[in-house]
Amino acid sequence: MNYHWNWSIFFEPAPNGTGTYLDMLLSGLLLTIETSLCAWIIALVFGAVVGVMRTLPSKAASRIGFAYVEFFRNMPLLVQLFIWFFVLPEIVPQDWGLWLKQMPHAPFYTAVIGIGLFMSARVAEQTRAGVNSLPRGQKMAATALGLTTAQTYRYVLLPMAFRIIMPPLTSEFLSTIKNTSVAITIGLIELTGEARAMQEFSFQVFEAFTGATVLYLLINIVVVVAMRFLERSIAIPGYITGK
Amino acid sequence: MKCLRMVGLVIGAAFCAAQANSEELTGTLKKIKETGAITIGYRDSSIPFSYLDDNQKPIGFAIDICLAIVDAVKKDLKLDKLAVEFNPVTSSTRIPLLANGTIDLECGSTTNNADRLKQVAFTNTHFLTATRFVSKKSSKLGSIEDLKGKSVASTSGTTNIKQLTEANAARSLGINIIPAKEHAESFLMVETDRAVAAVLDDVLLASFVAGSKDPGAYVISTDAFSKPEPYGIMLRKDDPDFKKVVDAATAALYQSADGQKLYDKWFMQKIPPKGLNLNTPIGAELKHEFSKPSDSPDPDSYKAM
Repeated sequence: MNYHWNWSIFFEPAPNGTGTYLDMLLSGLLLTIETSLCAWIIALVFGAVVGVMRTLPSKAASRIGFAYVEFFRNMPLLVQLFIWFFVLPEIVPQDWGLWLKQMPHAPFYTAVIGIGLFMSARVAEQTRAGVNSLPRGQKMAATALGLTTAQTYRYVLLPMAFRIIMPPLTSEFLSTIKNTSVAITIGLIELTGEARAMQEFSFQVFEAFTGATVLYLLINIVVVVAMRFLERSIAIPGYITGK
Repeated sequence: MKCLRMVGLVIGAAFCAAQANSEELTGTLKKIKETGAITIGYRDSSIPFSYLDDNQKPIGFAIDICLAIVDAVKKDLKLDKLAVEFNPVTSSTRIPLLANGTIDLECGSTTNNADRLKQVAFTNTHFLTATRFVSKKSSKLGSIEDLKGKSVASTSGTTNIKQLTEANAARSLGINIIPAKEHAESFLMVETDRAVAAVLDDVLLASFVAGSKDPGAYVISTDAFSKPEPYGIMLRKDDPDFKKVVDAATAALYQSADGQKLYDKWFMQKIPPKGLNLNTPIGAELKHEFSKPSDSPDPDSYKAM
């Protein structure tokens, strides 16, 4: 291959005047981390609520939860981000649309909400699976003790369910981080965006994307290790996930 | 002993082979002769340089130039038949595909600059373009100073956004820069009022305005962020034989009357698929460059005398 390798490119000054190419990638990494953390919080909150709704005795709640999950799960993330970013401001009243469009950091907020809701559908399914995996006797025992439905979930079902679904939730968190790279299409210059900018400025394509790959790998390893640690620290001895 | 003799033989053979090879073709020309095919990399939406028509066939000003290069290569190699293959490229894939030999020529709107020459080579410049901004006439923006404190879009990773960032810092304009992923999206930002202006190569702006719903509603600034920068057709670095053929072919084309004719075909007349007319007469600098073709990356060297 006729390619001029130059690994020291990372330490050369970038033309946008904010430091070296490495600084450029690191600023992208920071944005990736911010976006994925915020999106993950939304995904957890909405996912837990919707997932619980799907297991409630109420038919209506369960249907709403079903509709929510299928809506967000069955549409490609890219399409969802485009709808939030380009379509939504056009269908709301013009004043609101203009406000939405001229909001500073619009791509960031759009990405956080779009990715957060997309991932929340998946978290909802995990939550539902976790609750449903508990023996029926648990719920019955709680009812027999006189706990209300809310108390049953709060004190009996959810504490166990969340411990059970910890490993799949780790995967979902990793997916959230990786999915932030789709936000480049609405102008969020996160890690992938910076890698693209770097290759465009320097023409060192392979170095730029190798750098981005290594950084993605590193944050995902950190997340995996941290989640393992969390799993172990909240495990209950003698029960399913505990030793 | 036997072993040593073998080594000597092998080295001798290798030496002879190397000598024999030096007489023959090298690099891209050798590859073209062996495979009987040349591959052109094209962009799908760089109007009017390199884009797809309604039959999904790549056409454009740069494609026509490349086809002229192909003819010259065919003549140089004395081939009866040379198959031309087309391969789509994007701004991210053009370098790897050129480096690994998937494409032999990149025909699009790639700016020739000194940094890029470390990685690839460019033939004679086929266009000069400066960075300008487009805005809606209704927003009444005339100069770069008028953009003060406003939201302005540009395509991420381009020289345009780099120049916008530099101007923003140097003149402390406080512009809120919105990076878009693609050129079309930068213009979309202006169309949908997400930004008051989009900063791009002026020729691209002209094509977007011509293609928009209401071409009369937009105006391209006369104020420019940069000197006119050269576009070139990209080829592999360190392949002097191929570059010589390509340089000679492009120089012959530009210096002949066909060069001007080709320019008019894409910039002064209606072009497929939608019958747009860019109405951009050839500038004095480019006219001068066509009479004295050059592959220099330095914008200063393209002054019209």
